[in-house]
Amino acid sequence: MSQDSARVEQAALEADRERGPVLALLRTSVGRNAGLVVALLVICIVGAVTAGDRFSSTDNALTVLRLASTIGVVSIGMTFVIIGGGIDLSVGAIVALSSVWCTTVSTQLMADDTHWIVMVGVALLVGGACGLVNGLLIAYGNIVPFIMTLAMLASARGLAEIISDKKTQILGAEGADVSGFKDFFNREVIGVDAQIWIFALVALGGWVLLNRTTFGRRTVAVGGNPEAARLAGINVRRQTVYLYVLVGVCAGIAALLLVAKTTTGTSTHGNLYELDAIAAVVIGGTLLTGGRGTIVGTVLGVLIFSTLTNIFILNNRSFSEQSLFKGAIIVAAVLLQQRLASRSTTT
Amino acid sequence: MRTGDQTLLRMTGIVKEFPGVRALDGVDLDVRAGEVHCLLGQNGAGKSTLIKVLSGFHQPDAGTITWNGEETSFSTPAKAIEHGVATIYQELDLVPHLDVTENVFLGHEVSRAGFTQRGQARTLVRDLLARLGHSEIPPTRIVGELPPAKQQVVSMARALSRNTRLLVLDEPSAVLDQEGVANLFRVIRGLTAEGVAIVYISHRLEEIREIGDRITVLKDGRTVATGLAVADTPTSELITLMTGRSIEYVFPSRPKSDHTRGEVVLDVQDLGLAGVFAGIDLKVHAGEIVGLAGLVGAGRSEIIETIYGARKASTGTVTVDGSRIRRGSVTSSVRAGMGLAPEERKSQGLLLHEAVYSNITVSSMARFSRLGFLDRGAERSRATELTTSLDVRPSGVGRAVRTLSGGNQQKVVLARWLMRECRVLLLDEPTRGVDVGARSEIYQLIRSLADRGVAVVVVSSEIEEVLGLADRVLVVREGVVVHESAATSIDEAAVLDLVMEGKVPA
Repeated sequence: MSQDSARVEQAALEADRERGPVLALLRTSVGRNAGLVVALLVICIVGAVTAGDRFSSTDNALTVLRLASTIGVVSIGMTFVIIGGGIDLSVGAIVALSSVWCTTVSTQLMADDTHWIVMVGVALLVGGACGLVNGLLIAYGNIVPFIMTLAMLASARGLAEIISDKKTQILGAEGADVSGFKDFFNREVIGVDAQIWIFALVALGGWVLLNRTTFGRRTVAVGGNPEAARLAGINVRRQTVYLYVLVGVCAGIAALLLVAKTTTGTSTHGNLYELDAIAAVVIGGTLLTGGRGTIVGTVLGVLIFSTLTNIFILNNRSFSEQSLFKGAIIVAAVLLQQRLASRSTTT
Repeated sequence: MRTGDQTLLRMTGIVKEFPGVRALDGVDLDVRAGEVHCLLGQNGAGKSTLIKVLSGFHQPDAGTITWNGEETSFSTPAKAIEHGVATIYQELDLVPHLDVTENVFLGHEVSRAGFTQRGQARTLVRDLLARLGHSEIPPTRIVGELPPAKQQVVSMARALSRNTRLLVLDEPSAVLDQEGVANLFRVIRGLTAEGVAIVYISHRLEEIREIGDRITVLKDGRTVATGLAVADTPTSELITLMTGRSIEYVFPSRPKSDHTRGEVVLDVQDLGLAGVFAGIDLKVHAGEIVGLAGLVGAGRSEIIETIYGARKASTGTVTVDGSRIRRGSVTSSVRAGMGLAPEERKSQGLLLHEAVYSNITVSSMARFSRLGFLDRGAERSRATELTTSLDVRPSGVGRAVRTLSGGNQQKVVLARWLMRECRVLLLDEPTRGVDVGARSEIYQLIRSLADRGVAVVVVSSEIEEVLGLADRVLVVREGVVVHESAATSIDEAAVLDLVMEGKVPA
């Protein structure tokens, strides 16, 4: 009954008005992001109190950002897929495969003649190709995203193991000249690492893409109401393919950052990245059901997690404790989100 | 008469209001044990709301319900079931992956100490099915594998498993072929012989003649006649009771002459969708409004969704301005200049959480973008022009569409296609969920679109709406066009006769 739901909706809106401005503000994306900034500040205060100067220094801030950059790039791509109504569990495996493939280029194939730009191209291409396979099978093969990307998770890492023979491939070990690659990704620009700049550029590009382009508008439409989007003339399947290619390319970029950071390519790179990325996106206020989410929220989500990790390390707490705490934060964030969402989407 | 004279259910002065709509406005109904009581009325007359009140889904705002001589209220569906009221809806509510026995006892499993007694349950189901004359259905069969007619029998077995005294059947024959209907009637006769009362809803008068004892007619949420004996009431009297409306809608006037009629814009030839409809030929000229009348389930919505490409046609062609549309591709339909305002506005038409302006520009984004970048200022200002001229309230194109009323949401959908400057506009139930007051505005808007040279196709369950709005009317019955004429040369009673009996009006 449409009349019924209209009335319920109206009642919810009125209830909001009575409940006061704070809750109403928290329901807007700007308000939610403000909430995340407050949460991040609180975490920073905890860090400053418990670890003192070791936490609150420029060097440490850069450490946190370096930590955030790799997973951050993946999370930006993940934000698009989730807003578009999908999910990608294979990002970690794609990172591994891209890292192995691009280091293989530098160590084997005509290694001496290989310019480092080829490595970059290969990583992006491998990531994009994995995304293309995901997207095509999801959009045109009607495979549920969860299952399709689960299959990709298994096979991409498997392929990475086959190519690398389960060995860690060290960048430039075979005498190829990869100094250009290392120089590019490890240089500093205005005192900040290139890695962090790349994350910043990807985030900025993501924001523009989501908020200022037809691509972004279509993504929101497809995730929010695929049937309405289809009947409005949007090519829902094609958009879905684009989204998975996008997240695949993001995973390729993340692979390059990892290879530069560790000077290795291995099939164990990017382990559990999918979970960290999804967690950051969810904390950032993007609905897992699709149709709503922000890039700013995701960036804040990534920063919250990397700052927490940093504080745990500075205080010599174990990785296990970290994981436990992360889990609790995810549950708390989702509970809060549901309480807010249930008021706005009652039907 | 087969009935005892004992009144089982008496509903008096039932009123049910939804915001902006008085769905029931004083309905009286009395049902006797052992009779088949037919409920008759046009779409929107209040039949569905009434049976929802009867089965405890809706609470009436006024009126009394007397059950077996005692005043009572069906405050929840569980309460209604407890009293012995069972309803079988058009959309069967069975779980397709469970077997027959599990479906019959869903929610009241035969169990001891928490363990289901499967053997005992199967024996009980076998008895129930035998009682319904369908002992050939195996109790262990998965329900999804049964044909619709047998699924309906399972639904009835479920109703009987709860000691039902009043069974409501909502258009039960819609899923059945002739033999199925004969079986259904056999079952109904068996039940009434045991003293079970049946409330039977159908649009097919011939069925009512065959199975019914008494008739209650609803119109605009009121009972216009109750307790009519089926045998003594001629069809013409029933049709008269159902037509003629107490509320008069204001329809915009049609263009004076036929000369304004332009070239053929939409040309549909031999369009068919396997198993649903076949052989649809339709030409719509620029500036013309063509109406499709018919019952729910007659295939009207499917026809325009197939024209639009939302369903993939199995035969035929669709041409817009001479260029042929690729089958099953909404994208190419929209590119060719078609637009659809779908039946389910909220789930098919709108991005509810998005702003009014982005809902309006969603189909014309190319116009507001350069290299993929959107000019949001231009979007907003063009959308504002449209919402102002259509008088969408509240104004402000930045607010989420979900906060608008039904009529204003429909205006947003229409604004989308105005923005697109579409050549063909397909409208499925354009005034569903729209307040009475806003209806004439929507009608006016549709007519003004046609006057600008758009070819319009309107589907509606409300015959009066089709006749008042359209220039030309096609009547659809069971997937076939049974009549075509100018809207002014046929009246409501004749259309109703056509959709119900399929005869050419006398």
